Amino acid sequence: MDDLVIARSLFGMTMGVHIIYATLGVGLPVMILVAELLFQKTKDKDYALMASRWTKGFAVLLGVAIPTGTIAGVQLSLLWPGFMEVVGKVIALPFQIEIYAFFLEALFMSIYIYAADRLSPWMRIVSVTLVAIGAVASAVLITNVHAFEGTPDGFKIQNGEIVDVDPWAAFLNPSFLVTSGHVAVSAIMTGAFAIASVAAFKMLKEKGPNKVYLYHQKALMMGLIIGGLFSLLTALNGHESAQQLHEYQPEKLAAAEGLFETQQYAPLAIGGFTDRETEEVKWAIEIPWALSYLAGDRFDTEVVGLNDFPEEYWPPLFVHTLFNAMVGIGSMLILLSLIGFVWHKFLKRDQFPRWLMGIFIAAGPLSMLSIEFGWIFACTGRQPWVIYRIMKTEDSVTTSGNLGILFLLFLLIYIILMIATVLVLRYYFKRNPVSKEIDTNIS
Amino acid sequence: MPEALYAITLIWGVVFIYAVMASIDFGAGFWSMIYLNKQQTRATNIANRYLSPSWEVTNVFIVAIVVALFSFFPGATFTLGTVLLIPGSIILLLLALRSAFLVFSHVAEEYKKGLTFVSGITGFLIPALLISVLPITQGGFIDSFDGNQELLLGKLFTSPSEYAFVGFAISSTLFLSSLLLADYSNVAGEMDAYAIYRKDAIIIGPISLLMAAFIIFTMRNEANWLYENILNYTPWMIASIAGFALGYAALWFPHRQKKAGFKGMPRIAMISVVAQYLFAGYAYGSAHLPYIVYPDVTIESGFTHPETFRALIVTYIVAFFILTPGFIYFWRLFLKDKRYVKPKES
Repeated sequence: MDDLVIARSLFGMTMGVHIIYATLGVGLPVMILVAELLFQKTKDKDYALMASRWTKGFAVLLGVAIPTGTIAGVQLSLLWPGFMEVVGKVIALPFQIEIYAFFLEALFMSIYIYAADRLSPWMRIVSVTLVAIGAVASAVLITNVHAFEGTPDGFKIQNGEIVDVDPWAAFLNPSFLVTSGHVAVSAIMTGAFAIASVAAFKMLKEKGPNKVYLYHQKALMMGLIIGGLFSLLTALNGHESAQQLHEYQPEKLAAAEGLFETQQYAPLAIGGFTDRETEEVKWAIEIPWALSYLAGDRFDTEVVGLNDFPEEYWPPLFVHTLFNAMVGIGSMLILLSLIGFVWHKFLKRDQFPRWLMGIFIAAGPLSMLSIEFGWIFACTGRQPWVIYRIMKTEDSVTTSGNLGILFLLFLLIYIILMIATVLVLRYYFKRNPVSKEIDTNIS
Repeated sequence: MPEALYAITLIWGVVFIYAVMASIDFGAGFWSMIYLNKQQTRATNIANRYLSPSWEVTNVFIVAIVVALFSFFPGATFTLGTVLLIPGSIILLLLALRSAFLVFSHVAEEYKKGLTFVSGITGFLIPALLISVLPITQGGFIDSFDGNQELLLGKLFTSPSEYAFVGFAISSTLFLSSLLLADYSNVAGEMDAYAIYRKDAIIIGPISLLMAAFIIFTMRNEANWLYENILNYTPWMIASIAGFALGYAALWFPHRQKKAGFKGMPRIAMISVVAQYLFAGYAYGSAHLPYIVYPDVTIESGFTHPETFRALIVTYIVAFFILTPGFIYFWRLFLKDKRYVKPKES
């Protein structure tokens, strides 16, 4: 294999691992904040217990999120020195501001965890709010760089020299708000569904509506309501993202939809696999005119197809499948929270049927999966470019060899860390079950 | 030129802060491993009480260095990123293991021993590797061909200079951390732990100074340009040695609880020794200019776009005012608040 493929695999692996921890690292503080607020409002000690238990889990996840994030940041310079040279000159601001967000998060995370007993309730809420702000801001800022790669702005390259640099124009590049909004709301959605999954799983294990069962039911409802709300926001924002692709990166949209011929009244292909030879999406459900409408809010919108671009600039065609998987899971999650909400609020049932609980359990892992699909789609869909139409990925890769052995070493470390995370979380929560903590809470 | 000078000064300042904080952090991890089985002394508890809230903040500084470097000196990033692929990756791997297992060891009591062992060992390996960046930037270890650059790993690891730096890094890590923990246990009133950490500092202090001399000595052969330059900063080196002398002597100054047989003023020792490193760091950093990586990259050739520089400085100033209250609050909660430092026996 050539170095480019190994470098991309290595960096992709780092991101793939980091995304799991980072997404929960953005979503969980928001959930903890909501639990703290609910506790102050209702004085129901269950919510205080949720906040403290989720914080414990969050701290363990941060133990991996921080080092993998550090790896990602440094690996950028080690694997893509050519790209980082442009980044340093043009789009350094988000990285730099992200550092401040990290400081905010790290300082107040420690304060929230290790000084909890010395803080007033009001100061606890301020601290966890700052943690949540720091976490969301880090996600927004790092996505700023990703947005810049897709819609670069604020500089020109003349004769190989970077000129006319306007760092704030680069920062405020066209897709910044929409793309980073997508990452932020989808991360909060995932955090919420992760909570709902665990709660549903624990409820199934309880015999009847005892204290522990009710504790988890409150957590489940919280997860479903926040998850549902944010999955809706994710979808609305996702629609916006697609329209931006139509405007700024048409070949990415064409690959996502498996569209080869430029046309008005373009159909939307749902599911299936893009076939290069026949230039169509096989086994897909086609909805006439829908793609044109989605892209430009009018049925006669002309959507550009792949054939309008030289084939060397095509993104890989499998991104259609990733894109569909992401959207499919997202839509299902909206439906799921709606069912849960209606069941609980309007049908006034105390318990959910087992089949529904089963789907609730799947919601967390599924939303994480859709985050992964979304990121892989967003990054491979930009290929062959690292900076769209300006720098190719292959031109920015390191010239050092020995990448294969590094790939294996990092793979090993990630496996160790992921297994250790699961073991440590299991160990802790087995030792400190809710049943035990609820009792000590009351006494 | 002045802009590049401001930028490199800022970066070197962050490097210095990280070097001190990380030495204490990594050293504390090491000591908490060493004294794990001596339950009666509480030396491990002291180390952990310092370490728990501080490691995340310390870790942000290393990311801050990397980001500041590629933001202000993208040209240097290209060279450094290319040649540091292997050592940088190993540092990252160790750092990941250490941070994760440090956190795990707080959560999972039963695994504490094994986990503390992992974070203790990696804790002194990381400074040894981190400091290797310095001899690499002094020149002689990078092979350039057809516009490509490659690190001569074999040459690096057979060079006396590299080992002088490694020895210096490890001994400084242990010296600084034992001093800080001596001070911290003194404030906490944990006098057994204080006596242990004071004794450690007394043993390691002279070794770290010896290693510093060894660095200068090897520099003469291996990076003569830097040696010549550093001689121009002799007054700073003397000030640095004076800082060490004062700090070391302070370990025998009269103690508040003199009658109970305790000696030393650890706060003065800590401050003097940090000043010692500051003076030496200033001399080394100034002598290193204008080169970031000798002889290929200077602060001017690697400098970022002026517009980006200005925008970055604006964010630094804004962030300074926003974050400083946070740092002060953090300091007061964990390093000054007696309720945290000296908890009631439970």
